[in-house]
Amino acid sequence: MTTTPRQVHLAAHFPGVNNTTIWSDPSSLSQVDFSSFEHFARNAERGRFDYLFLAEGLRLREHRGLIHDLDVVGRPNTLAILAAVAAVTEHIGLVGTLSATFNEPYELARQLATLDHLSNGRAGWNVVTSSDAFHGANFRRGGFLDHNDRYTRAAEFVSLAKEFWDSWSEDAVVADAATGRFLADDAIDTVSHQGAQFDVTGRFSVPRSPQGYPVIVQAGDSPDGRDFAARHAEVIFSLHSAFEAGRTFYSDVKGRLAGWGRTEDSLKILPGATFVIGDSAADAAEKARETTLAQVSHQTAISTLEQVWGRDLSSYDADGPLPDAEPDLDGPGISRGRARHTRDVGALVASWRELAEAEDLSIRELVIRTTGRQSFVGTPDHIASEIDRFVQNRASDGFVIVPTTNPYGLDEFVDRVIPLLQERGVYRTEYAEEATLRENLGLPDPQPARAEVRDVG
Amino acid sequence: MTRTIAVALDGAGWHPAAWRESDARPRELFTARYWLDLVRTAEKGGVDFVTIEDSLGLQSAAFARPDDRIDQVRGRLDALLIASFVAPLTSRIGLIPTVTTTHTEPFHVATALQTLDFASLGRAGWRPQVSGSATDASLIGRRSFPPLTIDQLSTAEGIALQESLFGEAREAIEVVRRLWDSWEDDAIIRDASTGRFIDRDKLHYADFEGEYFSVKGTSITPRSPQGQPLVTVLAHQRIPYELAATSADIVYVTPRTDAAATFIRDEVRDAEARVGRAGRPLSLYADLVVLLEDSPAAARSALDRLDEQNGTPLASDALIFAGTPDGLIDQLDAWTALGYDGFRLRPARLPHDLVAITEKVLPRLGREDAAASDGRTLRERLGFGRAENRHASTPASSTSATSTRETAA
Repeated sequence: MTTTPRQVHLAAHFPGVNNTTIWSDPSSLSQVDFSSFEHFARNAERGRFDYLFLAEGLRLREHRGLIHDLDVVGRPNTLAILAAVAAVTEHIGLVGTLSATFNEPYELARQLATLDHLSNGRAGWNVVTSSDAFHGANFRRGGFLDHNDRYTRAAEFVSLAKEFWDSWSEDAVVADAATGRFLADDAIDTVSHQGAQFDVTGRFSVPRSPQGYPVIVQAGDSPDGRDFAARHAEVIFSLHSAFEAGRTFYSDVKGRLAGWGRTEDSLKILPGATFVIGDSAADAAEKARETTLAQVSHQTAISTLEQVWGRDLSSYDADGPLPDAEPDLDGPGISRGRARHTRDVGALVASWRELAEAEDLSIRELVIRTTGRQSFVGTPDHIASEIDRFVQNRASDGFVIVPTTNPYGLDEFVDRVIPLLQERGVYRTEYAEEATLRENLGLPDPQPARAEVRDVG
Repeated sequence: MTRTIAVALDGAGWHPAAWRESDARPRELFTARYWLDLVRTAEKGGVDFVTIEDSLGLQSAAFARPDDRIDQVRGRLDALLIASFVAPLTSRIGLIPTVTTTHTEPFHVATALQTLDFASLGRAGWRPQVSGSATDASLIGRRSFPPLTIDQLSTAEGIALQESLFGEAREAIEVVRRLWDSWEDDAIIRDASTGRFIDRDKLHYADFEGEYFSVKGTSITPRSPQGQPLVTVLAHQRIPYELAATSADIVYVTPRTDAAATFIRDEVRDAEARVGRAGRPLSLYADLVVLLEDSPAAARSALDRLDEQNGTPLASDALIFAGTPDGLIDQLDAWTALGYDGFRLRPARLPHDLVAITEKVLPRLGREDAAASDGRTLRERLGFGRAENRHASTPASSTSATSTRETAA
């Protein structure tokens, strides 16, 4: 008897607003036109991906006090574009990044329940917890949240949203014209929640959606983030895309699940991964080199260095040696609206200087060496076998695939890698009929919280 | 004569018992297919735009407080997301969702409407709405409003609350409009020679600081096909007339007689003068609840049947027109002659009265062929010009994103 191999789950990351995305490529099209999203999502659906993934940033990035202009800038509203994509797709999940800080639970619960209805059960929510005043300046309540409270708020936000999602009984809408009953008796519970972050009372306005509630995705990596994930998340968009680091992370997080009464299957871990496909290993390596050169222009190399150094380095030549200037370790930093360098900057600069000196690297060569790494480089067979190896060895449950161009960057992966995963028997060849996102991910149904409460009560 | 015909979509129709009609689809009210069918029916029949009703909280037959009725439609989907879903599957009709200004973030509202405009290739609009009920406020929990009855709206406390809600709505619309203009149309340059994706001289902060909130900007979304989607406001008295006059492109009003139609028209024009509206005057639309049958007696009897099922006669802020298609056309003609630019018809029953509007009313109005509006934006279709960007012809000002360039560079 043979056992069924562990199945690979894949998400398709719409190309984002950092230098991974190569806008200078001749095939690159608009990052906001609907046609780009339509092509990208339909192609991912052709590749039987579990879901489309959208990132979100609630303020344009700034560099040296100005709007950063070297990467793709601008994107649509997450919920609105996902609702539109739902109209032109049938099976693929629709996962949006939405802030638990700059939204309110009732309103966001209502929007996500609507998306789940409109898509027939394909909605997902990547819960993020931005809290700084830079983003807060775009919102009426400002940057109100202490950094340390961000997971407290996120946890209470998700719990409250679930109370709303669970507040309509499954069979609330009877719509019996003969008796004139639109709702069943006791169809809607009144939610009453008094917590540290929210003080909310009332009835939810959206009937229970096909999935009950959207699939909860999370990306934080701190101990607090991992605990939040172990309690609430059904998918982790992980940073750990290297094999050994992936295995360590995988066992750490999955080990936390039992503490919340959860099984290993109730959480999928999907690291982000880029790829470069070639006809041979050498061809792929050459293409990877071209990709990285396109991602790290001269201007981007200087800009990246400035983010680490924390000071203006615009007078330096990217093809020349590293600056003699010392980093500004105590300054306010130079870049806003992106993830911060949390490492020891002094040590980082020292290691970069050492590397540059040892190998005689220019600024651009150094930045390419240290930041411009593609996850999977090789022939389609190599990439498929690597993905399979990660999944069979519990380094991940699959990947969030991040293409480098929009909207065609995923096409080759679908054409050439997906069929090989299917041949290996580790990836679906068709979507299950009428399957929800949660079912496609192989996740258990959400707890019928309302029914349980009632039985107890 | 050119006049706009819009249809207001809400649940199973504007009569609370409409869901019990034999051709109603009450079990599908929360499905994409139901809304797509309605909007496609309207589009095929030549309706200029649909509005989609919404409310933050659950529907109630009582004013500004919950009820326990289970014999009427309860529950609804978010209108902006319904419009977003329908957008790629339609091609001519305007899509105008209702979105509250009281408890929402103007930044999210602005980008969502821009995205609807992208997904519809320029057919988006917005009906901002205030949510003044204590019930709605307690769903958000960040502030509380006094529970007022409808009679208390005209007391000093009621007027103060309205002034505050509509003042906040005015600020929300102002912020949203600034964000819509925060990218110039040609801001994206993709200049490989300098490595720049945008010309940041063409991005501008909203820099809005008002009485109710501040928003820095820039929008995260580039300028949308229409630039400024149409802003449309339903108004019944002075305070909302002034909001419309200050901030909107279209106002919906609710006369019930010819005399009221004249009076309200003049009140709206007075409000425009009072607030010093410059540029194009408000487009003036009358709302009517519409129930259509082939004879007056059949219409009367259909309304009676629905009223009996509901237990009370239909109450509405707008004129309830229960009659024949020809009778409705006479009514529209009469108010068109009084200076009304368009009408927003609220079908008493869906899809029944929507179908009647498209099959029996619109073909008799002598309008252009529906296909003539292919590829036109909603603004163009309604005779609004291209919305100029407030920043387009001016050099970088103090609100420009580049204002710190000299010192930073």
